[in-house]
Amino acid sequence: MLYFARWKITLIVLVILAGIVVLIPSAFTREQVANWPSFLPKKQMVLGLDLRGGAHLLLQVQRSSLIRDRLQTLTDDVRQKLRDEHIGYQNLSSRGQAVQFTLRDPADAEKVMTALKPLAAPIQSGMLSGGTLSEVSLSQNNGQISANLTDDGIDHRVRSAVDQSLGVLGRRINALGTVEPSIQREGSDRIMIEVPGLQDTARLKEVLGQTAKMTFHLECADGSLQQALQSRPPAGCEIAQPAEANEQPVLINSHVELSGDDLVDAQPTFDSQSNQPIVSFRFNSRGASIFGRLTQENVGKRFAVILDNKVITAPVIRGAIVGGSGQIEGNFTVESAQNLAVLLRAGALPANFDVVEERTVGPSLGQDSIRAGQIAGIIGLVAVAIFMVALYGILGVFADIALLVNVILIMGILVLLQATLTLPGIAGIVLTMGMAVDANVLIYERMREEQKLGRSAISAIEAGFSRAFATIIDAHITALIAAFALFALGSGPIRGFAVTLAVGIFTTLFTAILVTRLIVSIWVRSRRPKVVPI
Amino acid sequence: MRFAKIGLPVSLVLMVASLVLLFTVGLNEGIDFKGGTVIEVQSKAPTADLADIRSKVDSLGLGAVEVQGFGTPNDVLLRVSAQSGAEGAQEQAVQKIRSVLGADQYTFRRVEVVGPRVSGELAYSGTMSVVLTIVGIMAYIWIRFEWQFALGAVASLVHDVILTIGFFAVSRVEFNLTSIAAILTIVGYSLNDTVVVFDRVREVLRRYKSLSISEVIDQSTNQTLARTILTSVTTLIALLALFFFGGEVIRSFTAAMIFGVLIGTYSSIFIASPTLIFFHVRPKPDKPATDKQASAKPKTGVPA
Repeated sequence: MLYFARWKITLIVLVILAGIVVLIPSAFTREQVANWPSFLPKKQMVLGLDLRGGAHLLLQVQRSSLIRDRLQTLTDDVRQKLRDEHIGYQNLSSRGQAVQFTLRDPADAEKVMTALKPLAAPIQSGMLSGGTLSEVSLSQNNGQISANLTDDGIDHRVRSAVDQSLGVLGRRINALGTVEPSIQREGSDRIMIEVPGLQDTARLKEVLGQTAKMTFHLECADGSLQQALQSRPPAGCEIAQPAEANEQPVLINSHVELSGDDLVDAQPTFDSQSNQPIVSFRFNSRGASIFGRLTQENVGKRFAVILDNKVITAPVIRGAIVGGSGQIEGNFTVESAQNLAVLLRAGALPANFDVVEERTVGPSLGQDSIRAGQIAGIIGLVAVAIFMVALYGILGVFADIALLVNVILIMGILVLLQATLTLPGIAGIVLTMGMAVDANVLIYERMREEQKLGRSAISAIEAGFSRAFATIIDAHITALIAAFALFALGSGPIRGFAVTLAVGIFTTLFTAILVTRLIVSIWVRSRRPKVVPI
Repeated sequence: MRFAKIGLPVSLVLMVASLVLLFTVGLNEGIDFKGGTVIEVQSKAPTADLADIRSKVDSLGLGAVEVQGFGTPNDVLLRVSAQSGAEGAQEQAVQKIRSVLGADQYTFRRVEVVGPRVSGELAYSGTMSVVLTIVGIMAYIWIRFEWQFALGAVASLVHDVILTIGFFAVSRVEFNLTSIAAILTIVGYSLNDTVVVFDRVREVLRRYKSLSISEVIDQSTNQTLARTILTSVTTLIALLALFFFGGEVIRSFTAAMIFGVLIGTYSSIFIASPTLIFFHVRPKPDKPATDKQASAKPKTGVPA
């Protein structure tokens, strides 16, 4: 057990040196490291939000509003089909997750079911299985027809809404000028957003919380707003509420002339005459030609710009606008103009989201936590080190060297893996220090025992290492199981704790089994002790 | 084994007491499990005026708001209970508190908002992770040892978990996601201790086939006692350093860990091994490989 091949010694020393080298960049600031020549290591310790400060948000798709939208579309589709087939019906309405109606002539049932069949056609679910699913199931009972949204179909919509939103949210957050935001899907219907350094989440939530579905409508030609408000809007028209409470609603055509999808750019700027903040935009070529034709044919009519079902502005068209650029004048502040431009550039979200969890940490608390962690770490390390020397003398010193190497390696591996160090993570390192010497204690106690049994020093040392080995392995693997469970449980800080514990288990195996043994073997060879001094 | 005769009943009583407390008094659940908002503010004045903060926040009508000092005289922790209504209600409450306290007087050091939906799931996944860990560990020990050892280890783990929950119930330390992390770490630690003792039990069982089971356990426990206690001491040293210097944010976490290490050490000595007796652990015929190792060992033992 005490013999080491030369290559093994070299390897152990190299691993320790690598651990030290990897840690060097973390001792400097980010700016300093950025100027280093390229051959030097540059990876720094990744600090968690609880240490560097920042915001963590968990968004969840509003399933109910997604269902509502889907029902609306389904109702429109059904109505369209029935009209196309000239089938008489009544009481077309949505209830729960279904659209229902009654046929005037129950004999039409077969015809209707055939006509509606395409709605229930299976679609690719895009899951790993490559399976298909139907979004709608049809049923009929005595001329009562109902088209149900299936749960599978809704789940599928929720999943794809999350997928599409990841990119949109990313563009929006990047536009705020934040550093290294992280946007991840969590489960089937959630998105986790972490923005380091961000304090005030109000603006972030403002930018994230809006669907930013922008549409352009013409004013409704038949009927006045007054009539519509008193009774109901004429067919094909609807009332759009104003964004500002003190303004009038606008009666618009339901038909969407142009949408935000047709925009290629949007910038906040100032009106050259009034000096008011405005948002200028540019359409793509398709949008530009529609916009040009529209403005040419409808001079004198109002043209409403609707954002998330609210009228931002509805100016009167004064003449044809060719070239595809335009501007939106609302009651903007500089900031709200900026926000709108960001939203328009990033595109619309396919669904509404709720913020279901929010955690922010200020930079001063992070700094304090780092300092507290360092102090606790150093005091813990020194106290454990003194204790080991008091117990085992020179062998205790060896254990302390191994402990120091252990801490260096844990941090080195964290840097290499670019794993996030959190405050519980620091606690994990400190805890590992306390538990790491356990391996040494096991070995040394075993030596002590074997020596009591009358073995020679060298044979007792050998036996100490070899007998304790199996025990150390068993104890560490079980601890690893707990660490994996922690990792699976936690997000953010707790996950950081699990990572340092798990890494600590591996480094402890390395330092206890190889480093301590190497030092002891060198010591035995140079001193040739008659008794083990413990 | 003499001690086990006292230890087992005492533990049973404590476990029952913990469970009774859990179901009567309950835990001081943090926002992770019941939803709500925690805000940590630091006053720019050297001492925070708690009464002033209380009156300002109470005027908002947000329901029960707990205002308490947090470590230093100018740090204050506000706990706002979960707001009824839509998910957005929590966010609005935070905005109101931000504006009523004013950014010129207070720095907002930490804001945590957990909605009611998430908190339910966190409670579920936390419980599941503890259960799954125990099952996973049981499987591993079953493979490496015998089934009796697996049951013994699980008995001591369940003991540790229940008593730690009792600790949370009695001390009123907030029970949140980090508390679950503390419990899982305690499970890992206690197991570490238990496995070391079991390892020795297995070794002694194989070597001295004539010894009675309680003699074997006595001997193994005594032989590993020094190590069990020394390791607890070094771990406690590290934990105490964290408790006193690691800052307010993780203090409840370290408090639970300190309790858990003490309990874990106790259970490894007094619960895990005595349980082996109840399940009539017997040495299996040695496998050839271990036979060779065993025969290489000296035939004398340390007197118990």
